[in-house]
Amino acid sequence: MRRRDLVARVGLYVVLGAGLLVVVGPFLWAVLSSVKPEAEIRRIPATWWPEVFTLDNYRELLSRLDFPQAFANSAIVAVLTTLGNLAFCSLLGYALAKLRFPGKRALFLVVLGTLMVPSMVTFVPQFVMVSNLGLVNSYGGLILPFLATPFGVFLMRQYLLSVPDELIEAARVDGAGELRIFARVVLPLCGPALATLTILTFLASWNNFLWPLVVATTEDRYTLPVALALYSVGQNRIDYGLVLAGAVAVLLPVVIVFVLLQRHFLRGIATTGLK
Amino acid sequence: MAATTATAPAKATSGTAGPRRPYRIRQRLAGWLFATPFTLLFLLFMAVPVVASLVMSVTDLRSTDLRTPFAVEFVGVDNYTRLLDDAQFRRAALNTAIFVVVGVPLTMAVGLAAASALNSALVRFRTLFRVGFYLPVVTSIVALAVVWRFLLDPEAGLVNNALRLVGVDGPNWLGDADLALPSIIVMAVWRNFGFLMVIFLAGLQAIPADLYESSTLDGAGRWAQFRHITVPLLRPTLLFGGVVTSIGYLQLFEEPLVMTRGGPLDSTLSVSYHIYNQFGFGNYGYAAAVSYVLFAVIVGLSILQFRLLGSRD
Repeated sequence: MRRRDLVARVGLYVVLGAGLLVVVGPFLWAVLSSVKPEAEIRRIPATWWPEVFTLDNYRELLSRLDFPQAFANSAIVAVLTTLGNLAFCSLLGYALAKLRFPGKRALFLVVLGTLMVPSMVTFVPQFVMVSNLGLVNSYGGLILPFLATPFGVFLMRQYLLSVPDELIEAARVDGAGELRIFARVVLPLCGPALATLTILTFLASWNNFLWPLVVATTEDRYTLPVALALYSVGQNRIDYGLVLAGAVAVLLPVVIVFVLLQRHFLRGIATTGLK
Repeated sequence: MAATTATAPAKATSGTAGPRRPYRIRQRLAGWLFATPFTLLFLLFMAVPVVASLVMSVTDLRSTDLRTPFAVEFVGVDNYTRLLDDAQFRRAALNTAIFVVVGVPLTMAVGLAAASALNSALVRFRTLFRVGFYLPVVTSIVALAVVWRFLLDPEAGLVNNALRLVGVDGPNWLGDADLALPSIIVMAVWRNFGFLMVIFLAGLQAIPADLYESSTLDGAGRWAQFRHITVPLLRPTLLFGGVVTSIGYLQLFEEPLVMTRGGPLDSTLSVSYHIYNQFGFGNYGYAAAVSYVLFAVIVGLSILQFRLLGSRD
C-alpha cells in the first residue's frame, strides 16, 4: 500500500511539474528573450540563457515609442477607476445589504442582470454615447463607463450581508446619521472586501483592452495593452526584442502583485464565482 | 416595493415606535443617495446606450450620421437578414463555433485533471502549483498573445526550436490556414484552465471524504470512484465552469487580433473580431446587430445552464 502511494506521488509530481513548466515557461522565456539583442533572439538554434545581456530593448521602449505615456495612462485610468469603484460600489452595496428603501429590489435585479453582460456586446452603443458626450479620446471616456461596476456592487453587497445588523442599529440608536454610520462603522469592517475589490478592479482596468482600443484614438491616450497590440500588429517583420520588452512591462507588475497577494485573488473567485 | 414598508417593523415590537418613523424616512433618503452615483452612471453608459442601440440595429446608422441621428433610415430587420448573406460573418461564426466546441471541453478536461491532482492527499506545495497555473488567467491577454506569437514563430519560436532538437522541422503555426485556429485553441487552453482548476478544486473539496472511504471498502478503484462519485457530485460545478468558459470563448477577440489579424484567409476571424471590423468601417448599425446575435447566444447559454441545474437540484 505504502509503495503504491509512493509511485502515485512521484507520478503526480512529474505530471504537475511538467504542467508548471509548460505554464510558467513562456513567461520565463519572454523575460529572458527581452534582455537579448535582436540577433540572438532570432538565432537558430535558440539560446535559453542570454549570451549577451542587454537592456537595449527596454531603453528603446522608453525612448522610441510612447510607452512611458502609455504606462502613465494605464496607471491613471486604473487608479481612478479603482477609487471610483471603492466609493460607489461600497455605497450601493451597503444600501442593498442593509437599508430599506423603495426601488431596492429593482436596483439589485439591475446589478444581477448586468453582471455578466460582456463588453463586446455593449461597446458599439457605449461608443456612440461617449462620442455624443464629446468624450472620445479623453480620460473621462476611458474611465467613466467603468467607474461603478455591477461586479463591485455585488461583491460588496455579498460581503456586507455578513456584517451583523446590531452594530448598525446601535449606531443608529446613538443618533448617528446614515452617512456617518457608513463612514465610521461600516467601512472599517469592510477591509477584506475592499482589498479584494481593489485588486480585481485595478487588474481588470490594467488588462482592459477593447474599450481603450476603441476610445483612445491618438497615441497620447493609448493604454499599455493598446500601445503594445497596435505596435505589434502594425509590423510585418516584428521587432521581437522591443515587443517582448513591452509585454514584460505589462505582465511583470501583475505577476509580482499576484504572487504577493494570491490569497485575495483566489478568495475573490471563490466568493463570487467570477473573474 | 410597497412590501418594504409593510415588512419593515418586524423588530419594532419593543415599544420604540416614536423614533422609528424618522429612521425609516432617513433610511429611504440614504438608500437613494447611496444608489445615485451607480444609477446615474448606469443610465448614462449602459441603459440608454443599449436601448438606443436596439433601435440602432434596425437603422442604417453609420459613423457619419452621429451628428444628425434623426436622418437615419429605418431598415427594419435588414441588418439581421444581411447577416445571413454575409459570407465573412458565416466564416466568423463557424470559426467561433469550432473554437468553443473544441476549446471548452479541452479546457475543462485539463482544469479537472489539474484540480484532481491537486486535491490528492499525496501532493504538497499546493499553493505553488495553484499560483503557477493561475498566472496566465490574471495577466493581460494582449501581452500573452504577443508572447505566444513569438513562441509560435516558425524560425525563432520556442516550439519549433524544441521540435528541431528532436529533428522535426516545425510548421508555420500561425501562417497556415489549417493550423492557425488549432494553435489559438491550444493557447486558450493554456491560458484558461487555471481558472477552472480553482473552481473545480473548490467543488472537489466539498465532496465528503467518507464517500470515497466507504467505496474503497467496497472495492472500488480510483477510476470507478472518479466516474461514479466525483463526476456526478461535481456536475453543477462542471456545468457552471463550462458555461462561464463558453461565454468567455464566444467573445474570442484579442488572440486573433494580435497573433494573426484574423488570417490567414479569414481562418481565425471570430464573431467579435467581425463586430470590431464592422465598427471600424463605420457600420455601427450592422455591428450592433451582430453583437445582439452574439448576446442572444450568450443569454441562451446562461438560460440553458439554469434549466439544467434547476432540473437536477
